[in-house]
Amino acid sequence: MISRVAGQGLRALLTGDHGRRLVIALPYLWLLVFFLLPFVIVFKISFSEAILARPPYAPLWEYLQDGYIQIQLHLNSYSRLWQDPLYLVAYLNALKIAAVSTVICLLIGYPMAYGIARTRGSLRTLLLMLIILPFWTSFLIRVYAWIGILKSNGLLNNFLLAIGIIDEPLVLLHTDFAVYVGIVYSYLPFMVLPLYATLVRMDHSLLEAAADLGCRPWKAFLTVTLPLSLPGIIAGSMLVFIPAVGEFVIPDLLGGPDTLMIGKVLWTEFFANRDWPAAAAVAVVMLVLLVVPLALFQRYQGKDEARARAAL
Amino acid sequence: MNSRKPFLLFGLLAFGYAFLYIPIISLIVYSFNESRLVTVWGGFSTKWYGELLRNDQILAAAWVSLRVAAMNASFAVLLGTLAALALVRFGRFRGRLLFTTLVSAPLVMPEVILGLASLLLFVAMEQAIGWPAGRGMTTITLAHITFSAAFVTVVVQSRLAQMDTSLEEAAMDLGARPWKVFLLVTLPVIAPALVAGWLLAFTLSLDDLIIASFVAGPGSTTLPMVVYSSVRLGVSPQINALATLIVAFVTLCILVAGWLMHRREKQLRQPRPGH
Repeated sequence: MISRVAGQGLRALLTGDHGRRLVIALPYLWLLVFFLLPFVIVFKISFSEAILARPPYAPLWEYLQDGYIQIQLHLNSYSRLWQDPLYLVAYLNALKIAAVSTVICLLIGYPMAYGIARTRGSLRTLLLMLIILPFWTSFLIRVYAWIGILKSNGLLNNFLLAIGIIDEPLVLLHTDFAVYVGIVYSYLPFMVLPLYATLVRMDHSLLEAAADLGCRPWKAFLTVTLPLSLPGIIAGSMLVFIPAVGEFVIPDLLGGPDTLMIGKVLWTEFFANRDWPAAAAVAVVMLVLLVVPLALFQRYQGKDEARARAAL
Repeated sequence: MNSRKPFLLFGLLAFGYAFLYIPIISLIVYSFNESRLVTVWGGFSTKWYGELLRNDQILAAAWVSLRVAAMNASFAVLLGTLAALALVRFGRFRGRLLFTTLVSAPLVMPEVILGLASLLLFVAMEQAIGWPAGRGMTTITLAHITFSAAFVTVVVQSRLAQMDTSLEEAAMDLGARPWKVFLLVTLPVIAPALVAGWLLAFTLSLDDLIIASFVAGPGSTTLPMVVYSSVRLGVSPQINALATLIVAFVTLCILVAGWLMHRREKQLRQPRPGH
């Protein structure tokens, strides 16, 4: 498949207009070599076996003396994924945490996007800029900020103690709750921007028509605004859900020892256990799980988000 | 009903913005805290900034990160602009579907997968062709270019799609060669998008912990890698000081960029004298 695709790239290079084929071929070849080819290699190495060597995996094929090639495919990594319940739990937990966080992002992000789309002029620019600004500051540091807020003598506990809602500090840090907060906080701008882009383009005369025909505002929202903003909802949800499934930093810094997410498992297999084939197998299965969300994202691609960013 | 609704909407907006900004503001406030305990106020002090500027490990890592980010941004703008041109201007071409998939997938692909895949590629390439030899700044830059070019493509693509093609057509009708049309007509129009794309690619690279951790080698520790290992040990006011500097710098950049664009739009709207 790779050779056919590469062949297409080459053919594009050799036919047609001189400049045009170069413009297409350069990024195309780059993506084939540095983005598609790595996935093929991950797939290949997931069938290898971990050994003590550099690099720490056994070659899949060896040339024997009399011209034969010996191919060894190991299914160990996959059978372990299947047999050890830790992996299954980690996959399911990652999917659950990502899905719930996506819904919470939507619930917080939709009114924000709606509100921004209804403002005008420089206020709108300011509000949009304030959505984008956190995106430009360090992700790691924004997650770090929550440690200071959520820990037992942190800001939130101090505040709740001071106003007398609680008598002793709550355990908030290193729990699943902290992971949800971290993910929703970090990915909220990705939800707001595509939603804003679809809402701002909406034709307001439709709502006026609905009102003229006696439709209650709440019903008009459900039957007119919500369906029309569906592309934005899907694009935004996928922009949150897909990366959140593989999230490592947030469960590692804010989650507890029993917060299992598959991104963290992959990291441990690779860095702590130095088992590259196992890490590759974890990645392959994660990709298979993400195929449908990726296809959805592809369809309602982040063009709207780009438009929102370009609106600045 | 109608008078209550904007009130509700305003409340929800305020809640959203408070949620986004309280953590950032708390970081900034406690960077000026005398006490080492990040959440106990011990009086105003700028001593953590001093310690940050004397922290050789952080400074060395910041220097590595800045160089990688600048290289990455420049190449990413080149590749991303070409990809955007191909997608917006060239209509159908062979393999377009695969191309659009490859361009947009890095936008959402979990970073642990990107990091692992890039590392395995570099190891295989080293075995096969001997390049890149070992791992370090080169491999980090190469891995960053691939995913930041995708973001540049999105930004440039939207600008190209908004652009009035009659300008390019007029230049072609007057006999300008395609590359000349690009340099003299297209490039000035999409220039703000290129600047925005460069800055975006720069910050993406500066911010990346995961991909860099996979493909880094000895002597190529980046700033996020140092921040991560220090954060794992607990809160440190030096990190607050670093965060404050980053937020101040980014805010300044956005204000300047916003002001420049505002001025430019104004100039474009004013009729030129003599016309």
